[in-house]
Amino acid sequence: MSIVQLTDVEVDYDRGRALGPLTLGVAAGETVALVGPSGCGKSTALRLLAGLEAPTRGAIARMTGRGETAVVFQAPTLAPWLSAQANVALPLELAGVAKAEAHERAAAALARVGLSGAEAKRPVQLSGGMAMRVSLARALVTEPRLLLLDEPFAALDEITRRALADDVLSLWAASKPAIVFVTHNVEEAVYMASRVVVLTRGPGRIAADFAVAGPIPRPPHFRAEADFRATSEAVSAALAEGIAA
Amino acid sequence: MSRLAPVVLAALLLAAWEIACRALDVPAYFLPAPSAVAVALWRHLPTLVAAAGHTLSTAVIALVIASLIAQALAILTALSPLLDRAIRPLASVVQVTPVVAIAPLLLIWAGLDHPGRALVALAVLVAFFPIFSGATAGLRSADPDLERLFTLYGAGRWQRVTRLRLPSAVPFLLEGHKVGAGLALIGAVVAEFGAGSGKVQGLAWQMLDAGNKLQTARMIAALVVLGAMGVALHALLEAVERVGLKWWRGR
Repeated sequence: MSIVQLTDVEVDYDRGRALGPLTLGVAAGETVALVGPSGCGKSTALRLLAGLEAPTRGAIARMTGRGETAVVFQAPTLAPWLSAQANVALPLELAGVAKAEAHERAAAALARVGLSGAEAKRPVQLSGGMAMRVSLARALVTEPRLLLLDEPFAALDEITRRALADDVLSLWAASKPAIVFVTHNVEEAVYMASRVVVLTRGPGRIAADFAVAGPIPRPPHFRAEADFRATSEAVSAALAEGIAA
Repeated sequence: MSRLAPVVLAALLLAAWEIACRALDVPAYFLPAPSAVAVALWRHLPTLVAAAGHTLSTAVIALVIASLIAQALAILTALSPLLDRAIRPLASVVQVTPVVAIAPLLLIWAGLDHPGRALVALAVLVAFFPIFSGATAGLRSADPDLERLFTLYGAGRWQRVTRLRLPSAVPFLLEGHKVGAGLALIGAVVAEFGAGSGKVQGLAWQMLDAGNKLQTARMIAALVVLGAMGVALHALLEAVERVGLKWWRGR
């Protein structure tokens, strides 16, 4: 049962076709990585899934209601004038949750991403990784059924990226939302996703669709396993083929 | 050392001015020496300070009114694209119309007994535009991804303005008010010149009156007071902007 289904969607911009035709269903509880070269329209696909953009042609069917979809962007996208806690409480307050309750749930969400004690800090006082965690807490606070991440760790260093990838997976294990995330990092895609969808160069179509075996969250040394290496190689090859096509 | 440079330059210029006046025997009605200006300043200080107080209160009242009107209109433009199209060109008309040209008209409307109202209205006209344009730019300056999040979370139009666009506009509003305050002071003085009557007790009247009596030293003394007031106001607003930004950003 797909939680969201794109059927033959195409998106045209002024400068021409940006995406499609693309047919992609995301099942409940699935973690999907969208991989593709720059300019293939993967961020556009994510905005379609979020409902932030409408396709030029094609249909989108969605099982989620208002407030059940959350997005994390490449930048933390926090309001500089609000504390970390107020930033996380914002989606709840906009949905009409009373301020006291919203802030209580925000504090709990911050604790889940390991930021207890940083509630009162402003975004400018946080490191890049911490700000990204606040952004993640804001996405999780509404307990979404569909979590969309647009190259969420692209601006972070390798160690912080890996730590955050593990954090996202253990957070996923708690409530099992469907996750779709966009990346151009093949290893990150294979590590984080139960399914890797490779797009061709723009306008993006599906070049390949891989299932990734193994438990989530990933066991230690998962990156060293033969399965992981083989799948990464296959995804890289599909990606190269999609660029050449 | 470099902080002293402007002081040293000013002292040198004043000294040259003093020496030139004495050496060339320049008549005092034409160009009084700095020492004569200082004497005039000291002698007329109470009247000049009182006059400066009048001008300043005109400017401050005008700033408050301009701020309220400009922000209210800017919020209207943010709420509705139609209002935006309607209001913005008219706001530009206000900006390009010279205050001196409107002064006689406003003085008639305010009535001969209330020239003070006309002064405030004129200073409002001058102070309005930088605040309005800062506010409209600021209301559009919100992070596009934050705008998307507000869409995603189903925020209403009013929520979007109060929870996202107005807070995003704070740095622009601070800057706009800083520029607007300086212009309100200039506007008040220009309007006083336009009014040109003894009913208006501001600094410009002190200058006009001194000019009529050929008391050039007193004219320059009034100018010195005006300059000092402008510098003080600017410094105050810079400080307000700095503190405001620190509060907004949290650092």
